[in-house]
Amino acid sequence: MKDISEIRADFPILDRKVYEKQLVYFDNGATTQKPQCVIDAMNDVYTTYNSNIHRGVHLLSDLSSEAYENARETVRSFINAEKKEEIIFTSGTTGSINGIAFSFGERYINTGDEIIISHLEHHANIVPWQMMCERKGALLRVIPINDKGEIIIGEYLKLLSSKTKLVSVSQASNALGTITPLNDIISAAHEINVPVLVDGAQGVQHGNVDMKKLDCDFYVFSGHKIYGPAGTGVLYGKEKWLSELPPFQGGGDMVDKVTFAKTTYNVLPFKFEAGTMNYPGAIALGRALNYVTETGREAIALREKSLLSYATKRLSEIDGLKIFGTSDSKISTISFLLKNIHPYDAGMILDKMGIAVRTGTHCAQPVMDYFGIDGTIRASLCFYNTNEEIDSLVAGVNKVISMFS
Amino acid sequence: MTINEIQDSIIDEFSLFDDWMDKYNLLIDLGRELPVIDPKFKVKDFLIEGCQSKVWLHPEYDGKIITFTADSDAIITRGIVALLIKVLSDRSPEEILSAELFFIEKIGLRQNLSPTRSNGLLSMVRQMKLYAMAFNAINK
Repeated sequence: MKDISEIRADFPILDRKVYEKQLVYFDNGATTQKPQCVIDAMNDVYTTYNSNIHRGVHLLSDLSSEAYENARETVRSFINAEKKEEIIFTSGTTGSINGIAFSFGERYINTGDEIIISHLEHHANIVPWQMMCERKGALLRVIPINDKGEIIIGEYLKLLSSKTKLVSVSQASNALGTITPLNDIISAAHEINVPVLVDGAQGVQHGNVDMKKLDCDFYVFSGHKIYGPAGTGVLYGKEKWLSELPPFQGGGDMVDKVTFAKTTYNVLPFKFEAGTMNYPGAIALGRALNYVTETGREAIALREKSLLSYATKRLSEIDGLKIFGTSDSKISTISFLLKNIHPYDAGMILDKMGIAVRTGTHCAQPVMDYFGIDGTIRASLCFYNTNEEIDSLVAGVNKVISMFS
Repeated sequence: MTINEIQDSIIDEFSLFDDWMDKYNLLIDLGRELPVIDPKFKVKDFLIEGCQSKVWLHPEYDGKIITFTADSDAIITRGIVALLIKVLSDRSPEEILSAELFFIEKIGLRQNLSPTRSNGLLSMVRQMKLYAMAFNAINK
């Protein structure tokens, strides 16, 4: 693996200063920074071959379409899906889940059916299912969590029944960092032929993801959380599901024949890609995934594990600091509170010291409700962060404590 | 002092500090000094909910001037709340309605009042003007 200074040199923004202080970027759970090669890939589309995909007879359109389809193949190989046709480009995790919630609801859900999610979900994996349940008269069931912020598998098994039509869980909690025991969840659901959607928004960037091994039925993630551009995302679905599901949007490119009497739909994956797609974004996402592969996914996971353990150790030493989410199995995200200090106050002061963290409910209000808190301070780290930056955070937190006590 | 004179005096006070930490220390002090709101007004009816911090705002109108009391669960927000009270409380509805708040930007706290920084402060300013509008309407 490249050494840390080489890795950091790949990300031009990491060099910048905020309020004349060196930036310490610990908000990777919200979005990651972009390596130069991704910025260049996007730039390259617009400066050398920009053209709409799948529609032209001219060279640029061919080049653009080819690059877009290559990006699809990159995604397929990155998550080790069986077929390229199973990879749909979307606007992000939220777009992917909303799409499936709509299509799946239209095709399979009736009054009295049940969808299972967990108490750890962020709003993107709650609200689309609530909307679908309201539309279809179905019921949302929630797997409870324990005080460490872990899903209680025994309770999950009790929720599974003949009424269950789909299980949708995140690979890792954005608010607490807990990694979900996906194998247990998927195998139990498959025993009674219930499909499982895995929300990989906080998982795909932290290690190997293999569709053939995982055997989930749907997998979704956002491009911008894995070093790619904003407004890009992926929806993977097993072909047997995607070919059965109706499209979630109508428009150009997703059609076979259109008359005013009836429209027939295009084949996979185009059936789900209506209108002009964000092809420059998808192409640059492909570059981002290649960057991750070149850097080494095992190596990234190992570095992040070491960062997590150092940060957990250093933060735990601070008097009055409490960590929320204490599972042994976590991504490199740490949520915490300081005794008698509002997270917003802490975040504002850390910001002025150049340290970017997120404060608040992290779009996961039910998790906050479980712990009876209004929000936390969240430091979400990734492989380009360093122990020195963690030291800066610790110094920043100590400064916050001295200012507010 | 007029609303604008008070704003100018706040700008002068903050201009003594170049360092962000000093400005924030001043805000924290102001937040601590903010007179406590009557707990009976710290209820849902007077709550302005932000995504990050909460603000409670209560108006009292005596027929001439509106007296605002307020509070927040975050101290820095409380500090800015204290400044807004200093500027806009104990004023007639007309004065409040015609007030243009320039001090926030001048002391470098504009980001705290941006629509994306949902700490409830922008809504607080709107709410103060709405109360002024309502009391003004009662007068007419």
